[in-house]
Amino acid sequence: MAMAAASSRLFWASRAAAYLRISTFPRAFATVLKDLKYADTHEWVKVEGDSATVGITDHAQDHLGDVVFVELPEVGISVSQGKNFGAVESVKATSDINSPVSGEVVEVNEKLSEEPGLVNASPYEKGWIIKVKLSNSGDLNSLMDDDKYSKFCEEEDNH
Amino acid sequence: MRGLLACATLARRAAASSAPARVRHLAGAAEAAEAELKRTALYDFHVAHGGKMVPFAGWSMPIQYRDSIMDSTVNCRANGSLFDVAHMCGLSLKGRGAIPFLESLVVADVAALRDGTGTLTVFTNEQGGAIDDSVIAKVTDHHIYLVVNAGCRDKDLAHIEAHMEAFNKKGGDVKWHIHDDRSLLALQGPLAAPTLQLLTKEDLSKMYFSDFKMIDINGYACFLTRTGYTGEDGFEISVPSENAVDLAEAILERSEGKVRLTGLGARDSLRLEAGLCLYGNDMEQHITPVEAGLSWAIGKRRRAEGGFLGADVILKQLQEGPKIRRVGMVTQGPPARSHSELVSGSGERIGEVTSGGFSPCLKKNIAMGYVKSGMHKAGTELKVVVRGKSYDAVVTKMPFVPTKYYKPS
Repeated sequence: MAMAAASSRLFWASRAAAYLRISTFPRAFATVLKDLKYADTHEWVKVEGDSATVGITDHAQDHLGDVVFVELPEVGISVSQGKNFGAVESVKATSDINSPVSGEVVEVNEKLSEEPGLVNASPYEKGWIIKVKLSNSGDLNSLMDDDKYSKFCEEEDNH
Repeated sequence: MRGLLACATLARRAAASSAPARVRHLAGAAEAAEAELKRTALYDFHVAHGGKMVPFAGWSMPIQYRDSIMDSTVNCRANGSLFDVAHMCGLSLKGRGAIPFLESLVVADVAALRDGTGTLTVFTNEQGGAIDDSVIAKVTDHHIYLVVNAGCRDKDLAHIEAHMEAFNKKGGDVKWHIHDDRSLLALQGPLAAPTLQLLTKEDLSKMYFSDFKMIDINGYACFLTRTGYTGEDGFEISVPSENAVDLAEAILERSEGKVRLTGLGARDSLRLEAGLCLYGNDMEQHITPVEAGLSWAIGKRRRAEGGFLGADVILKQLQEGPKIRRVGMVTQGPPARSHSELVSGSGERIGEVTSGGFSPCLKKNIAMGYVKSGMHKAGTELKVVVRGKSYDAVVTKMPFVPTKYYKPS
């Protein structure tokens, strides 16, 4: 029997597609909301005071396809901007979820354990993943606004 | 395994590109690689129908179309699917020595096949391991038609050619023809037969699972095998490449949109649900047919006589039982994919997953893999390790989804 290899994790399907030159065929327009900030690994964050809600974007879920499992972190752990805190599984692929901000996880969306498809059906509302108590509001400066993110996605898809 | 996406390969490639420098290098390499990918006769047809093309075994193949992989899988079992499997390699062996020659390389009892019937078989190496699996059909005593996997084509053809030269030098009579002028389509699902019947005068109700015929379909000279790698009733159709697009269009049109173009992503889910091996994942050079649970494919006379490569190892395993066995599993938590470790309740490593994912039809995680003999009985409780955490797994009989092969009643 072959030695077990370390489990591989795909980047977001679209990131993997960009690296591998996979021809993708997303819907004409993925939804991008104005009052959010976006990471280049396709997570969104909504900040209210020192509380941040985090999920994956409509563009990300569209590339992933049907989500069948969301691996959630524990309440109380620290997350760092750009670092992995969980994973999303679709029928064919596993993708890391990176946190767009640093801080402490104060709430996780337990509904996703029973209904992972909420990430597909409602990525910006019912499909949220974690809430974070921000430790550094400066994190937001390195994220994209809706306009920049839309252009980023277009470039990635055309690449 | 037949023409399926090796998801782990994609995962490995993607995972390698974690550093920016590597990203640039890989992007360049992938760019060059993509330019060199071979295209089937249906390539433009796929792109026009919204096919997402990905590299597979040196070819640019559709992983999915506008339907999701989930929907495509369910639709194949409810209605039907049309797959391009033209990247797979079809060939004919002809001559008085065709059968004894092939029997020296595969485990099947080819001589016992009635004309116009076929079977799944395994090419073995000297150690009894699987070089490839293949569907073979006995056309006549002097003509065998076979199809080998895309990813194994080069090594299979080299293997066959070397042995053919040796065979002919000893006075044997066998020649081959590689059907690179033809394209292979797979039409699968409950609407496969009714739809195909509209395109041919041949009475398909008299053609059973594994039967082979050379017939006219939609005006084209086709090789037709009632088989597939989905667990459904269906056909593999070898059509002259210049007619492949027309035939695909005719099939889709006659089914009134119910038979859908379907990509390798769904095909992988379908064959996993059917408990079928993916060569490169569930079967490799170091895995014997016995370990893979394919002892049934070794004919009775072959068990008595041997005569194929690695026979001593295989026949011994048939007598004594193998040390490891391929099993199916239902797992909890995240889907357990290829290379996930399997451990016993006490934490002892007892095997690994070779294929796994979420089953669109069953709406649960299924997997197959190899475990130590003794842990292979249905109902055995194990743990599977995914990203460092253990989840429950239970050994389950396969197929996970019942097969619907068309057989005489």
